[in-house]
Amino acid sequence: MQHSASYNIKFATALCVVCAVIVSLAFEMLHTRYELNAALDKQRNVLIVSGLADEDEDLSREEVEARISNIQTVIIDLQTGMPVTDIDPGTFDQRKQATNLLTSREAPDNRAQVRRLPEHVMVYEARGSDETLSMVVLPIEGMGLWSTLYGYIALDADLETILGLTFYEHRETPGLGGEVDNPRWKALWPGRRPFDENLQPVISVIKGRAGSVNEDPYNVDGLSGATITSRGVDHMLKFWLGAEVFGPYLQRIKQEREAS
Amino acid sequence: MANSVKRTLVDPLFNDNPITLQVLGICSALAVTTRMDTALVMSVAVIAVLAFSSLFVSLLRNQIPTSIRIIVQLTIIASLVIVTDQILKAYVFEISKQLSVFVGLIITNCIIMGRAEAYAMQNTPSKSLIDGIGNGLGYGIILMATAFLRELLGSGSVFGVPVLPLATEGGWYNPNGLMVLAPGAFFIIGFFIWIIRTWKPDQVEAD
Amino acid sequence: MLEHYLSLAVKAIFVENMALAFFLGMCSFLAVSRKVETALGLGAAVIFVLTVTVPMNNIIYRYLLADGALAWVAPGLSAYNLSFLGFLTYIGTIAAMVQIVEMTIDRLAPKLYGALGVFLPLIAVNCAILGASLFMVERNYGLAESTVFGFSSGLGWALAIVALAGIRERLRYSNVPAGLRGLGITFILTGLMAIGFMAFSGIQL
Repeated sequence: MQHSASYNIKFATALCVVCAVIVSLAFEMLHTRYELNAALDKQRNVLIVSGLADEDEDLSREEVEARISNIQTVIIDLQTGMPVTDIDPGTFDQRKQATNLLTSREAPDNRAQVRRLPEHVMVYEARGSDETLSMVVLPIEGMGLWSTLYGYIALDADLETILGLTFYEHRETPGLGGEVDNPRWKALWPGRRPFDENLQPVISVIKGRAGSVNEDPYNVDGLSGATITSRGVDHMLKFWLGAEVFGPYLQRIKQEREAS
Repeated sequence: MANSVKRTLVDPLFNDNPITLQVLGICSALAVTTRMDTALVMSVAVIAVLAFSSLFVSLLRNQIPTSIRIIVQLTIIASLVIVTDQILKAYVFEISKQLSVFVGLIITNCIIMGRAEAYAMQNTPSKSLIDGIGNGLGYGIILMATAFLRELLGSGSVFGVPVLPLATEGGWYNPNGLMVLAPGAFFIIGFFIWIIRTWKPDQVEAD
Repeated sequence: MLEHYLSLAVKAIFVENMALAFFLGMCSFLAVSRKVETALGLGAAVIFVLTVTVPMNNIIYRYLLADGALAWVAPGLSAYNLSFLGFLTYIGTIAAMVQIVEMTIDRLAPKLYGALGVFLPLIAVNCAILGASLFMVERNYGLAESTVFGFSSGLGWALAIVALAGIRERLRYSNVPAGLRGLGITFILTGLMAIGFMAFSGIQL
């Protein structure tokens, strides 16, 4: 039915207010729970990629926190690769840092469509009982088909092998790009070799079958029907492991290892 | 009364199915039907949003000004979807990760707007609620059937449980990659339409 | 510079075609593709709506909703992240735009208005339109990129629907089984077109 213009405006305003209140209420009540889920999931993924937890292990919050205390969280300056001690890892939010113009810089041209790089990045280092480095876990991200994939790659301290790759957040098509979460695909990564002799990333996600770890250490089988997601993974690995991003950090790790 | 309620509920299953006859809700039918668990959660989410949005639109149907009715319906639908998204993320985090961007796209699921405009604006709240549930169920049936075929033929499993042993794991079944891709869904739904219209010839389109 | 926008456009039209690669906007795609004339009309409307809404939503996102976006109003507001209101606001801009397009077409081309029927207001719920805005947010496009992306995705979608309409018009002279006639064969056709467009996915720009 036709109403006067002022009625329309009043109705529209009332509806907007009611809907906004309901949505905001829901957000208020639920977002802490969701954020906790997300943070726990992230930590669980760090554990999985570093081999400290199994894919299908159901861990409580306390167990996750207990196991993750075995790994050191280190905040590094991306351009120098040196650790930074005056930033609190507990409140460090890498994504916020990357969007804030003051704590980030424009990323060099890259195919992973990463726009900005934060000045500081949080990495994980695992050390043996004699304090020698055994493994590093690096955060990576890049554009897939529908969304940005956020994940971790775990490298052996000698930088010769990949220990694992996992994505804790993405919005790719279930059954296609979403298969980056499939344990069978994730199992293809441990043992592959990321770098050549000059510490340049050569690990690739290829179309078609890649051989076993021994036959084909530099390639991993792409996901069937998920060309763009697979390509996204390939691009992001080459970008983050390359000289422009984690290069300085990895060089430092290599030098420290050779010195000891 | 009971007969008409039953008819409102049951008609959209095969006689007036939103996907195969009304041509609504196609996008998500293609995207989330690669696996049955995602199809199930999507169906439940759509039934919930559809039922409540039809209910609320019908409750307000005499107050909604005609000139802004589309945007009013959309606002109600969008709010319901945001709340559903928040609930999924808070309580079934793993599944919500898999459904990803498609939960947001429920807003644009034309079934919901279509039923709000075509039914809820002209009928009582109780009937609109039933109509919403009925259409949601019709949508769900096609989704689950498509997902069943796509998951079985494309990955050899049903609800994640391996049924056809895959060649990559030492079995005999070479999964049909086309089923996992969207064109596979197009073909499957095309054949469902063929089957339904052969069963119910009154749905056949005039030339 | 121009290269960047050109590659963005080519990607949006062919490699990442909204209709045939992402399968967005399927309802109107399947329903309005009987005749080339109506398909052209709908395609043009979609191009227009996309070219306007994606940059508009970009501005809204960057100055109102993003994390810390409200800092220009008052520094204290930079703590707010209103991106959870994203869906509501984007769909609001889209619905407003569609209403305007609807009124324009009704005034200027009443025959087209009648032919499009309910599918004209349904542009508002065309997932391609909302999807484009969501992509824009996800990929952090700037204003110029949003405009190019909006226009090109619309063009790609229009291209796909006109192509399908062309095929369906020819199909009238074929002997399609009764149960498949109309919607059924359209589904199968679209599947085949989608397979064809997969050829573009090999292009790296």
